[in-house]
Amino acid sequence: MYHLAEKFARSAAVEDGGLAIHNVSRRGFLKTSSAAFALAAFSGTAAQAFTPYKTGGDDMPNGLKYDPNIFVSIGSDGTVTIVAHRSEMGQGSRTSLPMVLADEMGADWAKVKIVQAEGDEPKYGNQNTDGSRSMRHHIQSMRQMGASVRHMLQQAAAKKWGVDASAVNVGVHEVTSGSNKVGFGELAEDAMALPVPRFEELAFKDEKDFRYIGAGKISITDLHDITTGKAVYGADIMLPGMKVAVIARPPAVGENPGKVDDKAALAVAGVESVHTLAGSVMPAGFAPVGGVAVVAAHTAAAIKGRDALTIEWTKGPHSDYDSEAFTNEMRATAAQPGKVVRKEGDWEAARAGAAKTFEREYSQAHMVHATMEPLVAVADVKADGAEIWAPVQSPYQARQDVAKALGLDEKDVRVNVTLLGGGFGRKSKGDFVTEAALLSKEVGAPVKVQWTREDDIRHAFNHTTSVERIEAALDDKGKVTGMRYNSVAPSILSTFAPDSGYQFPIEAGMGHVDLPFEVPNLSIENGKAMAHTRIGWFRAVSNIPRAWAVQSFAAELADELGKDQKDMLLELIGSDRKLDPAKQGFPDKFWDYGEVYDEYPIDTMRLKNVINLAAEKAGWGKSMPKGEGLGIAAHRSFVTYVASVVHVKVDDDGTIRVPEVHMAVDCGFAANPERIRSQMEGAAVMGMTAALHSGITYKAGAVEQANFDTYEMVRASNFPEIVHTHIVEHPFSVHAAGVGEPGVPPIPPAIANALFNATGQRMRDMPIGDTV
Amino acid sequence: MANITINGDTKAIDAPGDTSLLWAVRDLAGLTGTKYGCGVGLCGACTVHVDGRPERSCLLSLDDVAGKQVTTIEGLSEDGSHPVQVAWRDQNVPQCGFCQAGQIMQAAGFLEENPKPTDGEIKEAMEGNICRCGCYQRITAAVRQASTGS
Ligand code: FES
Ligand code: FES
Repeated sequence: MYHLAEKFARSAAVEDGGLAIHNVSRRGFLKTSSAAFALAAFSGTAAQAFTPYKTGGDDMPNGLKYDPNIFVSIGSDGTVTIVAHRSEMGQGSRTSLPMVLADEMGADWAKVKIVQAEGDEPKYGNQNTDGSRSMRHHIQSMRQMGASVRHMLQQAAAKKWGVDASAVNVGVHEVTSGSNKVGFGELAEDAMALPVPRFEELAFKDEKDFRYIGAGKISITDLHDITTGKAVYGADIMLPGMKVAVIARPPAVGENPGKVDDKAALAVAGVESVHTLAGSVMPAGFAPVGGVAVVAAHTAAAIKGRDALTIEWTKGPHSDYDSEAFTNEMRATAAQPGKVVRKEGDWEAARAGAAKTFEREYSQAHMVHATMEPLVAVADVKADGAEIWAPVQSPYQARQDVAKALGLDEKDVRVNVTLLGGGFGRKSKGDFVTEAALLSKEVGAPVKVQWTREDDIRHAFNHTTSVERIEAALDDKGKVTGMRYNSVAPSILSTFAPDSGYQFPIEAGMGHVDLPFEVPNLSIENGKAMAHTRIGWFRAVSNIPRAWAVQSFAAELADELGKDQKDMLLELIGSDRKLDPAKQGFPDKFWDYGEVYDEYPIDTMRLKNVINLAAEKAGWGKSMPKGEGLGIAAHRSFVTYVASVVHVKVDDDGTIRVPEVHMAVDCGFAANPERIRSQMEGAAVMGMTAALHSGITYKAGAVEQANFDTYEMVRASNFPEIVHTHIVEHPFSVHAAGVGEPGVPPIPPAIANALFNATGQRMRDMPIGDTV
Repeated sequence: MANITINGDTKAIDAPGDTSLLWAVRDLAGLTGTKYGCGVGLCGACTVHVDGRPERSCLLSLDDVAGKQVTTIEGLSEDGSHPVQVAWRDQNVPQCGFCQAGQIMQAAGFLEENPKPTDGEIKEAMEGNICRCGCYQRITAAVRQASTGS
């Protein structure tokens, strides 16, 4: 039952007996100041096949590491071991990032082994796998480390053969010069003695020489294990002497167990003990919500024991939360002027002078992630330290949280990262990990905390709920002269700080203040809404309600004016340009996904291009049979541009079907087209689930849904059947961006627009239901 | 104490006969390829074969499978060579992979009964297996491949 084996081999690269490189130059190719950036970029003497650029990766906590000593080792048999330091949850980065490194260094993928890093950001750099950042932030460091290793192999071979390095060729997993030829393994030891080259010494591969990057020919590294049941997820960790805990948590955050009757629970065969866990009040960060834990010999007993508990919960500040009443409050707020967060021109004057005004309101219910693997974590806490195994998106954060909760030094806590059975933002929040640590300490044995599906749905960090109201002023020719867009939604910030009721720059930057419309008078506003449950980020975050509102509104405006919906959207976006935040009234703290704006500007040409591409591929404008329609929507998020054309077909019984979707995606340089396609296919499914089904509602403080019967998912009987992904091709110089999230936002409005075109019914409140 | 036969081996399980087969297989027999996703028959992540037919292990007890053959993903083939497993790899089906053991067991059991299904029959057969990552397009393609060889 001890499954840990080599999956968690300690300290991956360095202790592997491979390359141990001295004299490591720890500088990356970029410093944070732009002066250093220019220097690094243009002072190179070697021919550079790429010009480095600045990403937000340098500014993330613990930044980026460029040290091949940490990420790569070569065994004497030639096996190349590469560390995956980002968490794998289905997006493919555990394969794609090592693939970049392997290609650049000349490794044969068949001889590459991937090991997963433990949570250690001082060593590996930032590991917070979130925000569609893995490829965006790490593709350059992976290339640099690959080029460094190739350089060292070349130098080692030159020395060995007494030739000039320029006469040495690094091929695929072998090094040659004239008639000399050796494999990587034979050179590993000699290369050990060499210092890591400076960036200026490196020669990068020409893009046309990539074998894996951009080719989309490599399958994910865990494919065989997944299809044979050998892949190890958090749930699959079994330790000798391990107990399993299942916890009854308070219906609303801030409630506590009052009277607890655990007699029946303790009578269940296999149940060993019952423990009360302290609760928390918002803002509690990622702290557990408390409750009553049943600890048992195995999961079945723990669940049975938990179900046998009788608990009276005390009341807390959110015990009255009623999401329906709250939505009505938000509607009232949205109709009032909000806090102006972006002002361009003069909306009031535009409205006063308008020949006509047009306003619409859209809403979205809370959603929860419902990762296929319910939350789970294993902790083994001893007097002098703790070891954790968990499916976490941010292992270093989890390590810090556990250290704090146990009063341990961070260096005495180790967090091993398993595969994640889905993440979607939920597994960034380590409340479930801290629960396991606290219980292991209390019980004095390794403990696995297993969340049931009901726990997962009822105790999430919810996707926010929102009301989005848009008003347009039109002149007598039907031209839009002004817009007011008021977004009202509880903020994620309420999880971390006393709730002000207002959004913070990260939420504002997700499709609100960055509205890419060429309308001279804009008032972008934010109305106050207090949080009454834990709010967190869900794949694509605020971009979902924003795209839902803006892209539906554009189509509604087209219908009002008798225009084609795609033409209207393109007209609103306007000319080809890069938005100028300073001139266009953006807030000073405008957040462009953590990037330097000039490196990733909002480029309307790219946005229009994906719209035109998706439309062309889908045959936009063709006539559709009765009960069928096409809908279009486009959205830039996480610096990637995606447009979707969705074909909706309504059955005679009213069932909404999606026979076909065209996704046009511009994510800059496309490193792994195969996983980009799988992300777009998955986003179409999750977008359809969100549009039709995903509604978490609260009554008297408690979530009304519990399992997949009340929180439904799109299934094999009715899903986006054929998703065609059209990837805009770019050279490496067009900065690579991520694709984990950006596919989701355009799907719900594209479905609603298609549904309208199919039936004449306009849906404005998500979820819309699965029938009309 | 209950005896069950899993993947051809008879194992003594130290738990009452009404214990859930899913958790017995995972926690007590140590075969973790079979997954928990909902516990109430709504997701298919826990699918195993009982006498060759796909069943939700979360809905069965140890008593229910007494004297029967239980097959889990670990026992579907020696080395991952079952045509459904091969098709799954050819089509690059998985994203996170967590649902896939259940999907594969469902598909393998279904194709045993209906070797040449129509697209409609495939969708119907796979309806009980949720994939939150949304791999359905590839799942149906892989079932088709396993049934027709292409
Ligand atoms: S766990 Fe058995 S059907 Fe979901
Ligand atoms: S692959 Fe993640 S749930 Fe199916």
